[in-house]
Amino acid sequence: MSDHDTEEHLEDLPLDALPLDAWHRARGARMVPFAGYDMPIQYEGIIAEHNWTRTNAGLFDVSHMGQLLLSGPGLDAAVEAVLPIDLSTLKLGQQRYSLLLDEDGGVLDDLMVSRWPDALYLVVNGATKWDDIGTLREALPDAITLNHFDDRALLALQGPKAADALARHAQGEYPLSALTFMRFGRFTIAGHDVTIARAGYTGEDGFEISLPAEAAAEIADLLCAEPEVQPIGLGARDSLRLEAGLPLYGHDMTPETSPIEAGLIFGINKRRRAEGGFPGADRIIREINDGTTRKWVGLKIEGRLPAREGAEVFAGSDHIGAVTSGGFSPTLGAPIAMAYVANSHAAPGTALEVDVRGKRLAATVSPTPFVPHRYFRGS
Amino acid sequence: MPRYYTDEHEWIDVEDDIATVGITDYAQGQLGDIVFVELPEVGAMIEQGKDAAVVESVKAASDVYAPITGEITEVNPALEDDPALVNSSPEEDGWFFKMTIAAEAELDALMDEEAYKAFVDAL
Repeated sequence: MSDHDTEEHLEDLPLDALPLDAWHRARGARMVPFAGYDMPIQYEGIIAEHNWTRTNAGLFDVSHMGQLLLSGPGLDAAVEAVLPIDLSTLKLGQQRYSLLLDEDGGVLDDLMVSRWPDALYLVVNGATKWDDIGTLREALPDAITLNHFDDRALLALQGPKAADALARHAQGEYPLSALTFMRFGRFTIAGHDVTIARAGYTGEDGFEISLPAEAAAEIADLLCAEPEVQPIGLGARDSLRLEAGLPLYGHDMTPETSPIEAGLIFGINKRRRAEGGFPGADRIIREINDGTTRKWVGLKIEGRLPAREGAEVFAGSDHIGAVTSGGFSPTLGAPIAMAYVANSHAAPGTALEVDVRGKRLAATVSPTPFVPHRYFRGS
Repeated sequence: MPRYYTDEHEWIDVEDDIATVGITDYAQGQLGDIVFVELPEVGAMIEQGKDAAVVESVKAASDVYAPITGEITEVNPALEDDPALVNSSPEEDGWFFKMTIAAEAELDALMDEEAYKAFVDAL
């Protein structure tokens, strides 16, 4: 057998070990190279882990991601020159999605920005973090300090029972339940200082916990001792985010795609759309006003054969796009995909075909998310 | 009935002049949850080492090569409705296809059960 998975395996580079490397192996994880690290792709099995997360709570090790802290004089203005974010509306304790763009408006990365006291905390993708640090350092004035928290781990606890399980361990000035979607706060778990953001990458309610690397195994053990919590690998992380219609950097968006084509206009904050003044602003604003020629859409595929990244999309004999992410949806029991298609064929309900190894599979443009988001926005 | 194994993690049962082919328990464990198996056409003549089937797991697609040269005589109809049979019964009910044996000598180069077990243990 041979694997023709399209994921980049950085096989030529030595792999780093995550803080929880031994912890994953002890729990029977199968480790694979990803973003320069050995990472757990699955423990029990992707479908079982996927379904567990949708019904209980899954613990994901996302310590490969980059945790950065920016501080210094004139911070907001300096960061607004680099990111299309409106920092005047980002209050202490709030987190927001943003985009690192190149001068042509192509996507270099997507990231989360949180307002800390006198600082901004960024979470960037693992595979791009070293490039991001270079881009940010180059673009930001010398007076802005950039700290890379490479001594911290990042754990995500996701699922409808995540809040119950985490509330038993998180102590803070206010209860965990006071955090709503895209808010964060400082807490302690087993005496360790952590920050907890109510966010994630599964479409479920959940949290991302930044913690000292040396406490990661202790805290992972504590959380997994809760009856609702199981460790979940990268495989289910990918199928969960695909069902949630969330883009994966390097696949669904790249320097060759603009955020407007990708439907990520919310990453360009309203004031910045009017004022510009960020990398790629000319193209982005032009596309907001004039539209784009293609659009990133969901596809539901008939039958059971999944269409993967790179599969070409047709309307009759016309080649009108390509799949950027695709796989089997455990929740729907059917294949789903995301694809860039020509605007003329992007309306929900449009019948298309996807070519998989010479077979034409019937597909229908579908609204996303494929599985409804269940974020906690307050009761 | 002798059973042979390949270093691509396929098993081959030989009965009279027909070989039944599937993937090993080790292989299904590596692939994870299988959601679709694309089988060859009955009547197709396939050379040893050429693509014969594709196994789609949740995560990825993997090729299955013809372990020997021959003509496909039958495919496992149960895999269409229940591809997870490859996970639950890889070396029995989850067989892929049957084929003729064009060159018996190709079988001699394959591993027996003991040799395959040693091969997997060394991985």
